[in-house]
Amino acid sequence: MLNALGDPQSLLLLGGSSEIGLATARRLVTGRVRVVHLAGRPSPALDAAADELRALGAEVSVHDFDAAAVDTHETVLGKIFAEGDIDVALLAFGVLGDQQRDEHEPMAAADVARVNYLGAVTSGLVCAQALRRQGHGALVVLSSVAGERARRSNFIYGSTKAGLDAFAQGLGDSLQGSGARVMVVRPGFVRTRMTEGMQEAPLATTADAVAEAITTGLRRGTETVWVPGALRYVMSGLRHLPRPLFRRLPL
Amino acid sequence: MEGQLTGWGRTAPTTARLCAPTTADEAAAALRGAGGRGAVARGLGRSYGDAAQNAGGTVLDMTRLAAVRSLDLAQGLVEVEAGISLDRLMRLLLPFGWFVPVTPGTRHVTVGGAIGADIHGKNHHVSGSFSRHVTRMRLLTADGGTHELLPGEELFDATTGGMGLTGVILDATIRLLPVSTSLMTVDTERAHDLDDLMDRLETTDHRYRYSVAWIDLVARGAATGRAVLTRGEHATADLLSPRQLADPLAFRPRSLPAVPRGIPGGLLRTATVGAFNELWYRKAPRERRGQLQRIGAFFHPLDGVPDWNRVYGRAGFLQYQFVVPYGQEATLRSIVEQLSRHGCPSFLAVLKRFGEGGPGWLSFPMPGWTLALDLPAGVPGLGPLLDRLDEQVLAAGGRVYLAKDSRMRPQTLSGMYPRLAEFRALRQRIDPHGALTSDLARRLAL
Repeated sequence: MLNALGDPQSLLLLGGSSEIGLATARRLVTGRVRVVHLAGRPSPALDAAADELRALGAEVSVHDFDAAAVDTHETVLGKIFAEGDIDVALLAFGVLGDQQRDEHEPMAAADVARVNYLGAVTSGLVCAQALRRQGHGALVVLSSVAGERARRSNFIYGSTKAGLDAFAQGLGDSLQGSGARVMVVRPGFVRTRMTEGMQEAPLATTADAVAEAITTGLRRGTETVWVPGALRYVMSGLRHLPRPLFRRLPL
Repeated sequence: MEGQLTGWGRTAPTTARLCAPTTADEAAAALRGAGGRGAVARGLGRSYGDAAQNAGGTVLDMTRLAAVRSLDLAQGLVEVEAGISLDRLMRLLLPFGWFVPVTPGTRHVTVGGAIGADIHGKNHHVSGSFSRHVTRMRLLTADGGTHELLPGEELFDATTGGMGLTGVILDATIRLLPVSTSLMTVDTERAHDLDDLMDRLETTDHRYRYSVAWIDLVARGAATGRAVLTRGEHATADLLSPRQLADPLAFRPRSLPAVPRGIPGGLLRTATVGAFNELWYRKAPRERRGQLQRIGAFFHPLDGVPDWNRVYGRAGFLQYQFVVPYGQEATLRSIVEQLSRHGCPSFLAVLKRFGEGGPGWLSFPMPGWTLALDLPAGVPGLGPLLDRLDEQVLAAGGRVYLAKDSRMRPQTLSGMYPRLAEFRALRQRIDPHGALTSDLARRLAL
């Protein structure tokens, strides 16, 4: 259960080796979280993450979960929810793709869309149904500022996040009054493995900063979290910029 | 009907199916039909935390089961259904010269809730907790059966203070207190710091039936723990003026307009609460003896402000109440200093002395000092601070009150309540499928 100060006791992390996901898990485990379900594709990184969280005192179980294998989500996630209440489900999987390659390889672009959007739709719906049955809990969805307005340089990734973001907002509205809720997190450029070697955007942030914003948002019951917070205003400006002008920006 | 519920602190809302049985049979049917996520009884929702919530399950609103079954005016015994409030009981009984044996800081609690939380009042050092005055009760258990329970029986003692987790209390018989007037004679005095306060309480508390001290927790330095003591007794007729004597048992509590919705959070900061506390302390007489006060003003001042819990805004608030045994005054002193240093804006901080504890397995009171304080949930660093205080309370052999709790760690709790293992075993035996459960039970693994 979430306590009066918004501290959860159990966590389901979808995308079990995501850096932002793990930074958040670490933070929550040093608080009240004692039960962690790590769902991801089997890998040494996933096992290492489980060991690290165990060392922090959590009871961790690892589940074989492939975001792209959408037809397995009901079964895999159904089993996890059957084991006990989940206070926070964090949807942290996603791929960046390679825009230049993907523009010429439609099937590669489809993979990005399958993981980032389709995978989120199925797993998000399964989680939402379970949280509704529980009558409490939060689904935290890692969106991105890239979804706010698609840019020339990464519109494939950006469009999947735009779809995911719209889906998550609508899902949140559908859960109104159920006791469960959705929190959409929109980080800017985050320095992680995924962005290694890329040119940093202004207001770049870290996985830890995103994790902190997530835990603060959980405590306050926020619906939308921007990381860093200033991006809310930057993106509001960019969203309303006329296209001929937007195109000319070095984004 | 589905609805979101919170406790009085308005934190951690969850959704449950609500049903309001009007007969014991309907309550039994609702319990049987509760499904996998179980059911819990709810009274007037005055528990601060999540004791009367049941996420995804059923919550039985007991307030329609509120009949008075019988009233023995000669012996002072009343048999009532569990959903009746202490407010209604007082209105009914005072004209006959009888008063409820124990009342907390609000009249708006049900008899079922009073037993389930084994509540205490300002007279604990004399009268013990509520359940001591319950001569029998009837409990609806998970198997759908009803059990007539008497004090001393295992299930009776597990139910008093059992937070509604052994079953649904259907009705009870309560032994009342005779009074000759509806007024209180009250002595007020100021204590200039914590040591002065504890000294005054220790040496003179036994002279009063009712005793309580309000502490200014915002005051620091030499004034840390300064307080106003209010102690009293039911007034006898000879103390009343001729006008008051015309209707010595009158009970017509007055009420101010309710606090409006939508008050912004953060209104209660250290500065505003500090100013209020300063005023409250200065307003109290240095010493006054024998002032006549109405029951409402003496026992339930906040009941005069409906929905006062809204002043804390959207983030809500929590109450922290603990007890440390006599001999652990150093811990109490250290905790008051830590709270004061942290700058917790609390305008309701109450210290009193408990007498003997009751036989309830999870009953809160034990001989010692108990401090209760309201805190806005949004105070930075509040969680870690209260976790540290929990540890100190535990180390001192004390405990935190379940009816107020909304944030404790399950590990800490089991150290505080030595009979918790027995309680769990009993629940496992009489309710193997967990038909009775609550958010509190889930959060603390009760």
